[in-house]
Amino acid sequence: MKKHKGKSKVTVYPDWCKGCGICVEFCPSKVLDLTDQGKAVVAREEDCIRCGFCELHCPDFAIIVKDKEPVEADNPTKIAAKKNATGKGA
Amino acid sequence: MNEITGNEIIHQYLRHNKKFPHVLCPGCGHGIVLGTLIRSIHSLNIPKDDVVIVAGIGCSGRLAVYVDFNTVHTTHGRALSFATGIKMANPKLNVITIMGDGDALSIGGNHLIHAARRNIGVTALILNNNIYGMTGGQSSPATPMGATTMTNPFGQLDKSFDTVELARGAGANYVARGTTFHVKKLEKVLTDAIERPGFSVVEAITPCHTQYGRKNKYKTPVDMYKWMKKAAIPVDRYNELSEAEKEDRLAIGVFVERDQPGFEERYFDLKAKLQAQEEKGGK
Amino acid sequence: MARRKKRKEIFALGNEAVVEGALLAGCSFYGGYPITPSSEIMEIMASKLPQTDDGVFIQMEDEIASMGAIIGASLAGRKVLTATSGPGFSLKQENLGYAVMAETPLVLVNVMRGGLSTGLPTCPGQGDVQQARWGTHGDHPIIVLSASNVQECLDMTITAFNMAEKYRTPVILLLDEITAHTREKIEIPYEGEFEVFSRTIPSMPPEWYKPYEETVRGVPPMPPIGSGYRFHVTGLTHDRNGFPTQRPEEVVELMDRLHRKIDQFFYDIQLVEEIQTEDADTVVIAYGCVARSAELAVQQARANGIKAGLLKLKTLFPYPRRQQEKIMANAKTIIVPELNMGQMSREVKRVNQGRASVRTINRIDGQIITPSEILKVIMQG
Repeated sequence: MKKHKGKSKVTVYPDWCKGCGICVEFCPSKVLDLTDQGKAVVAREEDCIRCGFCELHCPDFAIIVKDKEPVEADNPTKIAAKKNATGKGA
Repeated sequence: MNEITGNEIIHQYLRHNKKFPHVLCPGCGHGIVLGTLIRSIHSLNIPKDDVVIVAGIGCSGRLAVYVDFNTVHTTHGRALSFATGIKMANPKLNVITIMGDGDALSIGGNHLIHAARRNIGVTALILNNNIYGMTGGQSSPATPMGATTMTNPFGQLDKSFDTVELARGAGANYVARGTTFHVKKLEKVLTDAIERPGFSVVEAITPCHTQYGRKNKYKTPVDMYKWMKKAAIPVDRYNELSEAEKEDRLAIGVFVERDQPGFEERYFDLKAKLQAQEEKGGK
Repeated sequence: MARRKKRKEIFALGNEAVVEGALLAGCSFYGGYPITPSSEIMEIMASKLPQTDDGVFIQMEDEIASMGAIIGASLAGRKVLTATSGPGFSLKQENLGYAVMAETPLVLVNVMRGGLSTGLPTCPGQGDVQQARWGTHGDHPIIVLSASNVQECLDMTITAFNMAEKYRTPVILLLDEITAHTREKIEIPYEGEFEVFSRTIPSMPPEWYKPYEETVRGVPPMPPIGSGYRFHVTGLTHDRNGFPTQRPEEVVELMDRLHRKIDQFFYDIQLVEEIQTEDADTVVIAYGCVARSAELAVQQARANGIKAGLLKLKTLFPYPRRQQEKIMANAKTIIVPELNMGQMSREVKRVNQGRASVRTINRIDGQIITPSEILKVIMQG
């Protein structure tokens, strides 16, 4: 799981989210928060370990978890560079 | 390469001319079951045109309209009889029924036992939320004894059905149970069920917080998922428990695996035999 | 005549003739549950359908399930039949309404027996006439046909299938125990001698298909499930896509079309047989086995110098109003004999509006109305 950390892009579609709180409650890395408006939001994307729980358990298909950038396994330096760039941005 | 995964797969199977989010309550497990069903069908590479979803009436019955398959929303309890007709009319189709606990076990109980006896090649997906949700929270045949409902305000007096034992006794080829917390396992059994010839029953435990939970000490939808997480236990480990320990637990997994030919197979074999006889007789 | 030679003559029960007619019309699916006095239809189907190329026979667990099975099979493209009698007819009503709403062609034969409830299972009756019209809940159009002899059992079954397919609707064929259990010589028409109508299927790419779209006839094309046209079928009030709706304008559009697709084709649907009605001042209006007694009574009355005639109803609903109005040009007396307390006579009186004198003959003791009973009333004038 650790190798996925920081590599995921988590998207929540607020129009489809009904704010049931399942994703927020059960996310092992506490990536998601529930806003005052009753919608799930991505608060700590870099902590996502890509377990897939939120995506599998969203009753409204409102969460998408994907690779942040296209990963090219044969070019480790490029990946490292991108990782650093992301780290700066956050 | 960013492959299409997870909910993006599901989005491809939803009807784009339907309004989303769907009508079901926040935290309702039915959406999770629908997503699981879509992933199962996707993993089996079955073309959309070959899938028929036959739904009954109730919250579960509302699911069919959202998916881009051939969908039939039938009368209350009768989904399996419609499905039997469709399967016999065109055995090449993958026919999956979506029924609720009231739908499948109460008003449609007779169809369930006879579909199992006949071993018709249909997958029966039973969404058990222990209550009649859409009509406002009345007792269903799956409401646990002692639970509070609109029609049992002083506690449910009668016992609930054990779907697994019922389907086993009636002769289904495949019987399994899963929960909307243990989604991967549910997907596995559902995929097996669709693949297996003959009649398959998958009971999905799916929480109804609105009509059942709130009246029975589950204050939030999340509480219901916590209950499932705690209560569910694989069937082999469940069987090792004492009767007292079993009390609050819920066995999940595969309960029955048989390989009897489905009704449609037996019928069309008979037809072929009769036709061969006729050709012989007619010189 | 050379043409007649090609017809096959058989000695058959009314119920047997129904099966012959159904197979000629292209029926390839039967789902049923046994009940007296309709069971022969099911038994003969059980032996014949498995021996045809694509025929499917299935005995379902109850009357409700047999209705569900044939609706499912019809959606999957089959021409379908089920048969029942009084108590079973009651059980089928909910799914019958579904078939009207979802515009599913099917033929439902009800061999009427005597009495209400379990009643007189082996005796004739005509007590289900208004139930056939209004048995399922909610406003709905329906086509109800009848037959008065074994040949008509065959002919009207073909007609029932054709109307079901043409108008995408369930068609009820009401028989009675006498007609269903009479055995007589009939002629089986040869291929090409009778019309066989099959439902229209869509002729556009699937993405453009709207399952409940308005058409000239009011009947949308209907693809079989699994043919690439994926759509939603529901008993809920739905829009043109088949999706549930509560918008008043969409509700009205659907309900209007469901009625209009039947109403604008009365000329094709309302079938009667006029026997010596041209100059008749006394007309018997009858259907089913009673029409046979009436025909003899009319002949006997004519022999006695009375200008009597018979309007035999082959379509009961939509009620053949215009045909009755036609005979009322001369008729001073209308006699309605039937095996109930007066169900079709209500329709007759509604059209009559007090113009002619309407007399009813009602028997509910499980016995047939004899020609002499009818003759007696004709002679009274």
